[in-house]
Amino acid sequence: MSEATRSPLPDVIVIGGGIQGCSTALHLARRGVKVLLIEKDHVGRHASGVNAGGVRRLGRHFAEVPLSVASMEIWQSIKDLVDDDCGFESHGQIKVAETEAELATQRARVERTRLLGFTHEELIGQAELRDLVPAIAPNCVGAIICRSDGAAMPYRTTLAFKRKAESLGARILEGVHVTALKHIGQVWRVESEDGTHEAPIIVNCAGAWADRIAAQLGEPVPLEVIAPMLMITARMPAFVKPVIGAQGRTLSFKQYDNGTVLIGGGYRGRPNRDTNWTDLDFGKLADNARTAAALFPIMAGAEIVRAWAGIEARMPDDIPVIGPSLTSEGVFHAFGFSAHGFQLGPAVGRVMAELITTGATNVPIDGFGIGRFDTVRAA
Amino acid sequence: MTTEPELKSDYDVAIVGAGPAGLAAAAVTAGCGLSTVLLDENPGAGGQVYRAIETTPVRDPKILDRDYTDGQDLILDLKDTTAQHVRNAVVWSLAQDGEIGVSIDGRAHMLRAKRTILATGAMERPFPIPGWTLPGVMTAGGAQTLLKASGIVPEGRIVMAGCGPLLWLCAYQLLQAGCNVQAILDTTDPAAQRSSIRHAARFATSPYVTKGVKLMAAVRRKIRVITGVTALAAHGDGQLETVTYSAKLGPVDRMTADHLLLHHGVIPNVNLAMSVGISHTWDDLQLCWTPNVDSFGTTSISGIAIAGDGAGIAGALAAQCRGRLAGIAAVRAIESNATGLPDELTVRRDLTHAMRGRRFLDHLYRPSRAFRIPTGDTIVCRCEEITADQIKATVALGVEGPNQMKSFLRCGMGPCQGRLCGTTVTELIADVRGVSPQDVGYYRLRPPVKPITLAELAGLPQTEDATKAVVRL
Repeated sequence: MSEATRSPLPDVIVIGGGIQGCSTALHLARRGVKVLLIEKDHVGRHASGVNAGGVRRLGRHFAEVPLSVASMEIWQSIKDLVDDDCGFESHGQIKVAETEAELATQRARVERTRLLGFTHEELIGQAELRDLVPAIAPNCVGAIICRSDGAAMPYRTTLAFKRKAESLGARILEGVHVTALKHIGQVWRVESEDGTHEAPIIVNCAGAWADRIAAQLGEPVPLEVIAPMLMITARMPAFVKPVIGAQGRTLSFKQYDNGTVLIGGGYRGRPNRDTNWTDLDFGKLADNARTAAALFPIMAGAEIVRAWAGIEARMPDDIPVIGPSLTSEGVFHAFGFSAHGFQLGPAVGRVMAELITTGATNVPIDGFGIGRFDTVRAA
Repeated sequence: MTTEPELKSDYDVAIVGAGPAGLAAAAVTAGCGLSTVLLDENPGAGGQVYRAIETTPVRDPKILDRDYTDGQDLILDLKDTTAQHVRNAVVWSLAQDGEIGVSIDGRAHMLRAKRTILATGAMERPFPIPGWTLPGVMTAGGAQTLLKASGIVPEGRIVMAGCGPLLWLCAYQLLQAGCNVQAILDTTDPAAQRSSIRHAARFATSPYVTKGVKLMAAVRRKIRVITGVTALAAHGDGQLETVTYSAKLGPVDRMTADHLLLHHGVIPNVNLAMSVGISHTWDDLQLCWTPNVDSFGTTSISGIAIAGDGAGIAGALAAQCRGRLAGIAAVRAIESNATGLPDELTVRRDLTHAMRGRRFLDHLYRPSRAFRIPTGDTIVCRCEEITADQIKATVALGVEGPNQMKSFLRCGMGPCQGRLCGTTVTELIADVRGVSPQDVGYYRLRPPVKPITLAELAGLPQTEDATKAVVRL
């Protein structure tokens, strides 16, 4: 006997238990929608649980700025939404310029952001940078700062979204692999190792595995499976509060209150999405280490105790796919966040819930349609 | 054998660990002409059991006993080969494609081998009792390491506690070295003793039996042995002062001590093996994670084998045989026409002999639940000072395994990354959840499996990808 006949039919099935799927389930449940979320491993197992935790509007692709700003409003009172502060701390995010040319690029960026009507990015000079980050290398000449950006604990956050969604009536199935999707009459039949589930609406939040769902719907996408690497040090004396990036290098750098320092920058390991395995590339981590030591001389003596990588999806234009399927009625996509989806999670769930329940959203998501890829138009 | 510290970028065979398994494996592969590198983090070969065999300052053979000097034969077997033994080589990473990250004297290197044999041996089982983090409390194995490598012994009143062959061997060695061992608090579980009896006859034919019986008798003549010990705890103000215990469920007794040496048997050191993704199974008899291997040490990851106690505890004599078998498999995989291989059947016969009576020891010295699954405010994770009660409370929140727990407690996130507490944490969570440790799983171990400095990492050569990554901006 199928699962569907034993329990009341859900209105929506969300595939994928990362931050986007859990947030979508939560926002739907808040609106009284019956949701079933199906996750192949456990919630937060991949990118959503092991990313750098950056809660960053700074430096976003212009298409993402409105969504990112909308999400930050949710982050500011995240506890009201999920009953947990998610470890969110807002000591600002700073992207340093090491040359006058880099600073000029940053000035142009800030001006353009203002013309679009956003004021969260500010340019600061060398003196203020030194004041805010005394440990920074003396060659840095200025920076862009987003003062209320910050960082949170990724796994704890994703789990908080899951728990709150469950408390509002969402059902979460973990360790269940979706094997096929079939449209039968007005409902979608989701086949899994655990049996069959049915709902009129499907949301594809399957991250690095989302292209397989899209392909089944006749809209294959050029999704690249990536494994951005991170490393963390043993405890060090406190020397930096904000999260630091760099204009001319790939770096993401943060010291936690407990003294450990997280170092990333999007250098990639080698993922295998069929085995959930990632091999690290220490040649690239060495470059990451050189960058950290160049910007923070104190780091030369730091002890690296762990390095890791999570598996996630990257789209060719580095922005996500958000919106309805073009081939299949009742199917929506939210995937391909290209290594910077964590901060967007709270708003993406709300946008998906709005799209599903009202057919529209006030947050501009025009740039994210699945139709932007040649593969989809050709299909 | 050379001890050339300069590494090549490629080898036929890389062996990690120069204990009995690693030395024996290297002798086979290098003996057949394969380029072989033997990486070991110690200043000399020998592993734990034959530690510092070439350099020990302890010259009196009575102290360390005759079996210790047997290690010299393994070194001799390697002497005439081309194997490159690299000392002070800390292996901190192994990838599924065979790439190895190693640091030597503060410099990091990457190298590759067609076949890798992990001979990383055993580590002492964590022994979490109240007060075990006090200065003055250490493991018996730690004390033995100091004795072998540096000739240093604990001064003052020593109390030893726990069970297992190594506890008795260490007590014997400390006695021979003139130490003041006041008592052995024997925690051997009476129920385990009963269940071991049916394996006793087999143990009577073990190569270890004569030595074991003599050694225990010698220790009992000189040291007070208190059996049936439970409720063991260490006390002191910033330093060990007293040890309390209950014998045979009697009233709590107290003993003053300057040193408490704890030992509860050894378990495979799985850190490197787990970090490369080799599949493991929880062994309900030995109460530890054991890699899934065949009789050649072949693992679930192609090209990577495990030999010796790292593949399941069986002792030094068995480790040599398992090292030879892993060596034979590596040679056959790389050079099918190789000559000079040892006779496989002889090695297997030696292995069977070395393994005789193992089950008796496994049953007899199976540590009791109370010493594996701590309660109350006993520290479990030493790095982050996380207690048993904190872990239990987190499980009550719905956390199902050690990895999810990290976000709540930082348990296993300190400098040792769970290398010391992992087994305890798994068993504790399993106990609270009422499931098997197999269902709870283990920490997802990641490289570096030993800490390296950022400067060491930064010293690796520039990659082409990195240049591209910067240009992409």
